[in-house]
Amino acid sequence: MKAVLAENLVKRYGDKRSHTEALKEVSFEVKQGELFGIIGPDGAGKTSLFRILTTLLLPDGGNATVDGYDVVKDFKSIRKRVGYMPGRFSLYQDLSVAENLEFFATIFETSIEENYELIKDIYSQIEPFKDRKAGKLSGGMKQKLALSCALIHRPSVLFLDEPTTGVDAVSRMEFWDMLQGLKKQGITILVSTPYMDEASLCDRVALIQTGNILSINSPENIISNFGRSLVAVRSNKMFDLLKDLKYFEGTEDVYAFGEYHHLVLKNSSSLAEVKEFLSARHFDSEATMVTPGIEDCFIALMKSS
Amino acid sequence: MSESVIITNELTKRFSNFTAVDAISFEVKKGEIFGFLGANGAGKTTAMRMLCGLSIPTSGRASVAGFDVYKQTEDIKRSIGYMSQKFSLYEDLTVKENMQFYGGIYGMSNKAIKQKTDYVLNTLHLENEAKKLVRSLPLGWKQKLAFSVAIFHEPSIVFLDEPTGGVDPVTRREFWNLIYEAAENGITIFVTTHYMDEAEYCNRVSIMVDGKIEALDSPTRLKQIFEAESMGEVFLKLARKAVRSE
Repeated sequence: MKAVLAENLVKRYGDKRSHTEALKEVSFEVKQGELFGIIGPDGAGKTSLFRILTTLLLPDGGNATVDGYDVVKDFKSIRKRVGYMPGRFSLYQDLSVAENLEFFATIFETSIEENYELIKDIYSQIEPFKDRKAGKLSGGMKQKLALSCALIHRPSVLFLDEPTTGVDAVSRMEFWDMLQGLKKQGITILVSTPYMDEASLCDRVALIQTGNILSINSPENIISNFGRSLVAVRSNKMFDLLKDLKYFEGTEDVYAFGEYHHLVLKNSSSLAEVKEFLSARHFDSEATMVTPGIEDCFIALMKSS
Repeated sequence: MSESVIITNELTKRFSNFTAVDAISFEVKKGEIFGFLGANGAGKTTAMRMLCGLSIPTSGRASVAGFDVYKQTEDIKRSIGYMSQKFSLYEDLTVKENMQFYGGIYGMSNKAIKQKTDYVLNTLHLENEAKKLVRSLPLGWKQKLAFSVAIFHEPSIVFLDEPTGGVDPVTRREFWNLIYEAAENGITIFVTTHYMDEAEYCNRVSIMVDGKIEALDSPTRLKQIFEAESMGEVFLKLARKAVRSE
């Protein structure tokens, strides 16, 4: 049985005359125990998708199951078996850390003791502050408490909606370490993120943009399907270099990428031709072939769709 | 020598016994793209608020666009632009109305507002959207428009607080093209970001750790100093030392 199965899910907002299609026939499946990433920018439809799968929103078309249960008919069974951490902090700000956890354990008819083992690594980091009001916690601590509360009933599928948005690079890495730990305990995890570099930390990812899935695959396969030569170029005048490379005839696409520009070559062109082109105006430049990252793939998929 | 538009000397802000910003000293040159990095809770927002004239320092000195951060906060506010991911434009005003509103706030003449409005609509290819509510625009367009509105009154400095959060990778790059153009026109850019590749686009980058500036140099030099492959690695090496969080 698949942990999650979505078939042609559609979600529209607004009235008949003017509406936005947040999800346009989205289909995918997640295997049990998989760490599955939904990767895309704001407005891609990530939150609508999560809210449908956690039975908080009704789809306008298509169907979906979680752990074999239908998201419309069997919503009560699903709610008992999933954990959901929304993008916005949604715990009770005026309850203490311990009270919040106790509350969620009671709602799910379990106790903190029963499932302490599962949350130990995460909760022990905030336990010294268990009498502090949740509203007074730092961002990183709120996140750990929210994750503990989402896990306290030992869900079989965990939905995390943009847990790392607005979080600095160090805390983001710590958070992904926690997810790897949970995966080892057999929990299926669906996590959404706008950060392309987090894709490589997932078993498989769906790249999503304006309600369409652009690609579903393992990060390695998405990269190997890029299918064109990519050249990293830099010089002392990066902005001029970018403008000039747009006029190179072998250029299919060129864009800034950190300290380099990434140049996607037409099949007819070669690295030697790039160097030849650069020797005229950018004699100090360097150009080397590189392996694309998920962000390169996303850009290429966005532009071809 | 080009002139410095931001100068700070031992700038400090304390909230009772907590030192949010701890004696930071740096200068930003005219037309520079200056990246202001730090982990959550490092003190970036507090430092930015002082530089924008919104918070009076506890001690130290600083001037922004030639004005003193203690005594001339109103002059500072007139000389700068500000944009953040969270708040920038009025969603229930149209594209055009937002520009008229901001132009008016900064005391621009009607003629200047009209000229500038036409220019922005033209460069962003928003002519057909001029009369649409900002709410109805896709996020990427909103962010580009918000930046254009932040520099509408041609400030000498624009402060950008995580301007590209959540924006798709193509739009994020279009956004940075706007930043480069503004810098070429002499507007100084002071920008915070969580995207480490964007740190590479800056002329110089400072990294704050626990209220202090722990590193400040060009991305190339910082990578040499910290023996790192990327700015992300430099950031991790420094930010891991942090004791405090938000």
